[in-house]
Amino acid sequence: MGKYLYEVLRFVLRRLAWAVPTLFLVTFLVYVALRIGTNPVESYKRINPRATPAKIQQYIEVNGLDPNYVRGYFRWLVNFVTLDWPRSIKGSREVWPQLKDALANTLRLGAAASTVGIFFGLMLGIYAALRPGGRRDVGVNTAAFVGISIPPYVSAILLQLVFAVYWSRWFGSTLFPTSGVYPPGHTGFNGWLMAKHMVLPVTVVAIQIIAVYARYMRSSLLDVLSSEYMRTARSKGISERRVLFKHGLRNALIPVVTIAALDVGSIVGGLIITENIFSYPGMGKYFLSSFGEGDFPLLMPWMVIIVASVLLFNLLADVSYAWLDPRIRLE
Amino acid sequence: MLPTISPRRMAFNRFVSHKAAVVSVFILATLVLFVALSPFTARYGVNEAVQAPPNYFLSPRANAWLGTDDIGRDLYSRLIYGVRVSLIIGLFSAMISVAIGCLVGSVAGFRGGRFDDVVMRVTDLFLAFPFLVTLLVMRNMLGAITWLTPVIGELSSVRFIIVLFAIFGWMGVARIVRGQVLALKEREFIEAARAVGASRWYIVRRHLLPNSIGPIMVALTFSVVSAIIGESTLAFFGYGPQAGAGATSLGILVGQAKGAVNTGFWWLALFPCLTLVTIALTINFIGDALRDATDPRMQKDG
Repeated sequence: MGKYLYEVLRFVLRRLAWAVPTLFLVTFLVYVALRIGTNPVESYKRINPRATPAKIQQYIEVNGLDPNYVRGYFRWLVNFVTLDWPRSIKGSREVWPQLKDALANTLRLGAAASTVGIFFGLMLGIYAALRPGGRRDVGVNTAAFVGISIPPYVSAILLQLVFAVYWSRWFGSTLFPTSGVYPPGHTGFNGWLMAKHMVLPVTVVAIQIIAVYARYMRSSLLDVLSSEYMRTARSKGISERRVLFKHGLRNALIPVVTIAALDVGSIVGGLIITENIFSYPGMGKYFLSSFGEGDFPLLMPWMVIIVASVLLFNLLADVSYAWLDPRIRLE
Repeated sequence: MLPTISPRRMAFNRFVSHKAAVVSVFILATLVLFVALSPFTARYGVNEAVQAPPNYFLSPRANAWLGTDDIGRDLYSRLIYGVRVSLIIGLFSAMISVAIGCLVGSVAGFRGGRFDDVVMRVTDLFLAFPFLVTLLVMRNMLGAITWLTPVIGELSSVRFIIVLFAIFGWMGVARIVRGQVLALKEREFIEAARAVGASRWYIVRRHLLPNSIGPIMVALTFSVVSAIIGESTLAFFGYGPQAGAGATSLGILVGQAKGAVNTGFWWLALFPCLTLVTIALTINFIGDALRDATDPRMQKDG
């Protein structure tokens, strides 16, 4: 076991050694794409029409907007790594406090939605796979298909319509609020209010996750159930329940865990859309508003976080796959 | 005693046994027919008001079956025009992405080596990112490169959107085709073709691609859906095609629903959303049935 652990560790280190240059490369590409796409110097001049040339020069300097992309990128990188982050174009505010709040809100929403989504997705997948071809299988499969065919903004809009307008019209009181984290004007922490505000966004994101995971789990479990070792386990006289839990589910979860880690990008995509519709002050709202303004100092740290987390989860996928399935050689 | 039926016939039988897909084909065909015959099926012009003011936000009624929008235009007619633009975007970008994807995927799978590594690394990375973010960043970047404009069109044109989705769409297709080619290239008939001196290009063209037609068709259907949904997403956030004074798109119509939600004009939200989901769902079902029909491993007895 010690040898194996050592191998896993080496594997992780080698993957990390790949992930770091990739991080630099991708952030460089993002830097170039954003500079071409949003033209940060122009956005600065547009928002601060009376900025003096000295002020503009200083802005170019702190943001690493050198006409030479490579030199500019390194300038930006140095400032970024030394935590000397430039202030946002609009309102000239510090970036980190905003980003931190957005990140916390999104993590809360994403964690809640993932937990709900993965739990129900796996349950439905198992439920469907136990009687392949049966009525519940067809039902779950069809429902999952409907789930993946509904874009998040469609379910969000329909939920908003029901809960923002019709619920109070029909029942005389609002059940779930449809925007923000707290009612306007609220200060301080209140878990109950926060949870109530999160119900609808979580539902929207979870629908997608449930649909995707139900399908993965179903097909993975079906594969496992029809394999030779399951037949062997049964023929040994182990109870059906034990066969299912000890041998079936454990092996069926291996590919699902990997996919879970790789799927984080699409969950973030769903979060961006959902947050904007429910005016939820998270990463998605942060991104779309700063992207709309072409606010380069706000956008770059956001991008770095996203790039880093995508790479991190890719790494986790590789590692978990190797960890969970000893048949995978860590060459 | 097995009756002799051709593989094509067998695939057809399998497709037909997928009931949801058969229903989907009919629904989709009806929809396409409505759109193709828009001069006859649409009741008003795209920007035409149904009646003299006050005509805004009328609920569904005899002279506007699905109600009217904020300036009195008939939602039913606009949906027909909108679906037309969305279907064009979906079909064209899917065809371009499938063409590029087949080319890149088959070359990567067949040649392997450095090219394969690089292509697959890049696609993995692109596909791992939140789609909307990549799309928006690439959109602005391509729009800002002025010398590209004559080729790919203005930032808000339909052509630009098609090009944008084609740029992304090929990656998923390439991955599928590559996988298929990798599985096929070790098979005896490929070896036989190579043994008699067939060129690589000939093998790809005459053996690998025709034998991958199933997965390619499936990829085509899914690219259509993702382009249609992608267009709607962009339009929803105001980055979609401004189809000009004479047109609209499904995404624009779904986007308009956003404003109508808080006021309770339910028809403006419900009908565009239903249309979008119907299109996505039916094409997805058809793709699923195509996969069942063309994947020999899925063969069921009887």
